[in-house]
Amino acid sequence: MSRSVKKGPFVDARLLARIELLTRNNEKRVLKTWSRDSTIFPQMVGHTIGVHDGRRHVPIFVSENMVGHKLGEFAPTRHFRGHTKTERSSR
Amino acid sequence: MARIAGVDIPREKHVEISLTYIYGIGRTVAKRALAICKIAPNRKVSALTEDEVNRLREVVERQFIVEGDLRRIVRQNIQRLIDIGCYRGQRHRRGLPMRGQRTRTNARTRRGPKKTVGSRKKATAKK
Repeated sequence: MSRSVKKGPFVDARLLARIELLTRNNEKRVLKTWSRDSTIFPQMVGHTIGVHDGRRHVPIFVSENMVGHKLGEFAPTRHFRGHTKTERSSR
Repeated sequence: MARIAGVDIPREKHVEISLTYIYGIGRTVAKRALAICKIAPNRKVSALTEDEVNRLREVVERQFIVEGDLRRIVRQNIQRLIDIGCYRGQRHRRGLPMRGQRTRTNARTRRGPKKTVGSRKKATAKK
């Protein structure tokens, strides 16, 4: 079931406050966060957010198109590196 | 021959059904379009007058997004997902399902026909 419109989109209040602080001070730096479930707000456009993927903070530069998505969508938590190679040319 | 929204020429069927041959028109939209044109859904396309066909064409092409336009919009939406590099975009890029379905088995709609990946064991490869 999708989220009730009444509540509005979810965003970590602290994250948004930090973003706004950066904007006010005209600062540009990577803002680390664990809040993968936060919706990307228009205020975040132009900032780089370090979204935690379970291991490290993946720097995500937020563009206009990303508004409305969740932060976690841009920092995959699984990295598939291919299946184990089987030895072929062994004697 | 009734030609609506480009190349679609359905005939000898009820208009309601015939219209669904157009990309972007299903039963619901077909019924709605016919209601706007005041044409009974169960009439055969062949039984429609020239004027009725023209009216229908007008409504379908003006009031609904069909065929090329619709295809373009869908393609753009997918392209946007790919460009912003989100999870769904990645899945589109790799041709895998994007809504969390299992891929260990099945997922054949997205992945296409089976391709067997031989996993020769080390022991058998050795003599």
